[in-house]
Amino acid sequence: MLSRFANPARFMRVSGAALPWFGAAAAAVLAVGLVWSLAIAPPDYQQGESVRIMFIHVPAAWMSLSVYLLVAMASAVALVWRHPLAEVAAQAAAPIGAAFTLICLATGSLWGRPMWGTWWVWDARLTSVLVLFFLYLGYIALVNAFDDRDRGARAGSLLALVGVVNLPIIKFSVDWWNTLHQPASVVKLGGPTIATSMLLPLLVMAVGFMLLFGWLLLLRMRTILNERKAEALRLYGQPANRRERAEALTGDAVARS
Amino acid sequence: MSAFADWLAMGGYAGFVWPAYGLAAAVLGGLSLYYWSRHRRSAADLDRLQGSAGRR
Repeated sequence: MLSRFANPARFMRVSGAALPWFGAAAAAVLAVGLVWSLAIAPPDYQQGESVRIMFIHVPAAWMSLSVYLLVAMASAVALVWRHPLAEVAAQAAAPIGAAFTLICLATGSLWGRPMWGTWWVWDARLTSVLVLFFLYLGYIALVNAFDDRDRGARAGSLLALVGVVNLPIIKFSVDWWNTLHQPASVVKLGGPTIATSMLLPLLVMAVGFMLLFGWLLLLRMRTILNERKAEALRLYGQPANRRERAEALTGDAVARS
Repeated sequence: MSAFADWLAMGGYAGFVWPAYGLAAAVLGGLSLYYWSRHRRSAADLDRLQGSAGRR
């Protein structure tokens, strides 16, 4: 399955066909999810209308974790098999994951102020998500810190893999330590403990975020591949001319491969 | 109060609910627009480079 997309040319073809479908599906699902979240879902009996922040906050939190997992897995594939598309996928996904993490942190703060009485508290859940945000930023900075693109990619991949230890800490932080943050109510043993009237819009928003992520990821991967190809063309010219240019530059005949 | 104004007031939490949605829309919408324009530009640049193949 993966190896079918290993070829960048084939990836460009398949992703080009998939792109408009991802975009249209994301827009449609998010439109439904927004109306449902803001107007149809009932207010909470304890938290009132402020509970509507959940429909953004929780899907953004899920995305922040799963996108990081994707960055780490793609990094592992890039390190072990030197798969060119895996490296591009990891580098394309990281800024999008950082955006979702930022949304998770900011909406959590806006929800915490009226419900907990504070914008921020240095407890395990909030701090570990902040660490996740800095892991994303560190990965992006490290990848771009080297003149040699391959060295940057390898250093970033290593950081992404080390950062995986943070994911179970985030997930179980609400069970392991005392915190203001409520424990899981959807992804838990024994099934969700959230009312169906709130669970449904939550899941619709989550699917909308996933589709939007898919669209953004394909868009960004295609842009990176386009830019690399353009850069290679500027440096070396058209493939047909490369041998002559290399010979002109080095003064040696280049061996035929 | 009309039903619409009632809805906008978000039961007194308007100052928290709307900024949360607005911020998410701004971040995701901004990223989408930026990536969309970068994608278009990169494709146009590549087309131009590949179009000028014979002139090098």
